[in-house]
Amino acid sequence: MANPCSYPALASLNQHHSNRNAKVLLSELWDSIVKAIHLLVSLDHDVYEVAWRSLWIALASCGISFLLISLPLGSLIHFNRFPGKMILITLIQTLFSLPTVAVGLIVFMFISRSGPLGEFGLLFTPKGMIIGQIILVTPVTMGLVISALTGVDKAVPETATALGASRLQASLITITEAKFAMMTAFVMGFGRAISEVGVSLMVGGNIRGYTRTLTTAISLETAKGEIEFSLALGFILILIAVVVNVALLLLGRKRGPIRWLWSSS
Amino acid sequence: MALVELVNLGQQFQGNVILEAINLKVERGEAFALIGPTGAGKTTLLRLIDLLDSPVKGQIYFDGVDVTRSGRKRLAARRRMAYVQQKPIVFSMNVYDNVACGLKWRHQERKAIRKKVEEALELVSMADYQSRDAKTLSGGETQLVAIARALVTEPEMLLLDEPTANLDPVSTSKIESVLARIIQETRTTILMATHDMSQGQRLAQMIGVLMEGKLVQIGQKSEIFEKPLNLKVAGFVGMQNILKGVITSNEDGVVSIDVRGKLIEAISDYQAGEEVCVCIRPEDIALSFSKPSSSARNAFEGEIKSIISSGPLASVELDCGFPLVALMTVRSAKEMELGIGKRIFASFKATAVHVVKS
Repeated sequence: MANPCSYPALASLNQHHSNRNAKVLLSELWDSIVKAIHLLVSLDHDVYEVAWRSLWIALASCGISFLLISLPLGSLIHFNRFPGKMILITLIQTLFSLPTVAVGLIVFMFISRSGPLGEFGLLFTPKGMIIGQIILVTPVTMGLVISALTGVDKAVPETATALGASRLQASLITITEAKFAMMTAFVMGFGRAISEVGVSLMVGGNIRGYTRTLTTAISLETAKGEIEFSLALGFILILIAVVVNVALLLLGRKRGPIRWLWSSS
Repeated sequence: MALVELVNLGQQFQGNVILEAINLKVERGEAFALIGPTGAGKTTLLRLIDLLDSPVKGQIYFDGVDVTRSGRKRLAARRRMAYVQQKPIVFSMNVYDNVACGLKWRHQERKAIRKKVEEALELVSMADYQSRDAKTLSGGETQLVAIARALVTEPEMLLLDEPTANLDPVSTSKIESVLARIIQETRTTILMATHDMSQGQRLAQMIGVLMEGKLVQIGQKSEIFEKPLNLKVAGFVGMQNILKGVITSNEDGVVSIDVRGKLIEAISDYQAGEEVCVCIRPEDIALSFSKPSSSARNAFEGEIKSIISSGPLASVELDCGFPLVALMTVRSAKEMELGIGKRIFASFKATAVHVVKS
């Protein structure tokens, strides 16, 4: 049995140890922030290239998903009555939490050389990554498009109809009335696309100068033990997300951007 | 040919009958008021006429064309009408764009749209509000924008659902004067639903009384207010005095009716022995302290039970062996020094008494 006297000593040792750990962590965080700022300010070519690729791949996949798939299809689902509508909507919402690696694996199987779409040579290309991300974010954008439309007062399409709008015209004004909730749908989809690593890694292959993105670079640098560099990349990733979100939310606001940012509502 | 004709129209909602056997013709250029208590089915009927819903039974003809079931004809017919809902909503855009919507949907030219929108806003005196965010308008202003938005499309038929419900008196009179101008200056056919029978009286020529899903009576407004068909209509159009009685004699159309032992004279075709109800408007009853010797054939002495003032008018409740309510101005009630418990004579003409089957 241990001597009771040794307990306080042990505890103090542990305390000392965890204090040291916390100090190390904080200093690492600080160093990485400094490094991130340094990388940004020094216009580090590799970093900018990777960040730019992350941004445009995420914007492309979210843009295609939102504009070409979710907005028309989600509207079609919302404005029409058909048996199984609620089941379909529930299914879409369930797919919000689709695991990125599962999507990555499935897309990999489809576009790999021996897969059904192998002949198009999409594996380890940005195009392939975009396809994977579209599959990943479409449930999110579509689900949120449907809930955005559901949130519009039913009196809107009805008033439009009473004023002589055709079914299409009444649907279009309902979509315009939901524009802020629509923006949220896009922002959420973009957030999921730019932050995912499973699809980019499995389908893109993390090829330097071609398919490497911020998230795949972070996972690689961390594996190499370059924690500081990884953290710096992480900060840049967060920065991009913040800038894109704020830019999108500012779109369409009537109040000036600065006043809106400081307002309480 | 009537602009709108409803034939044996019926509507149900979740198994409940909302409208039953509605037959109605609204002629071109007519101002028609649909009056009835809340829940009578007025909104349901307007929605059917504007072709927003489909009826379970019957036919709707617009300008002679059967537009009952869905199809292209319905959109074409709907574009010749305009409907202002009871609680209109505005779209999240400025006032100008709100009013311009209907014209844009009809693919009209930009220049023409600008001219018409400006005229419509001028008509409802909202010209200065063009660039205001429509969502920031007050209830009355929203209603005016909704009316302008409907009028700008130059509808052949304007449907209004309680155009002044929930509005203050100033907004109400503003909207009523706008509607009166439209009725006078344009050939627009108007069908309005209102629970305020005096509004129907002010604005419309023809009135239909809708009660519990049935069109109980249709006629010229004077007819409805002076000769309601039955007790319910009588009660709704302001016949506050409704007394049960039995006809004792009929001499050349002048009947005597026994009401709790007192005889009331009236003009009617009912024969002796029939059970009837006597309806008298409170404003047709005159009060005096001495027995009137005028042409009024009915005079009863009674005791004042209560005096209730509302605005410039006072309603005086009497007990003459049967209850009787008389309406007079507060000023003349004061001048006559009326008071509770005082005895007074109530008199009314035989022609002021309306007799309906009980």
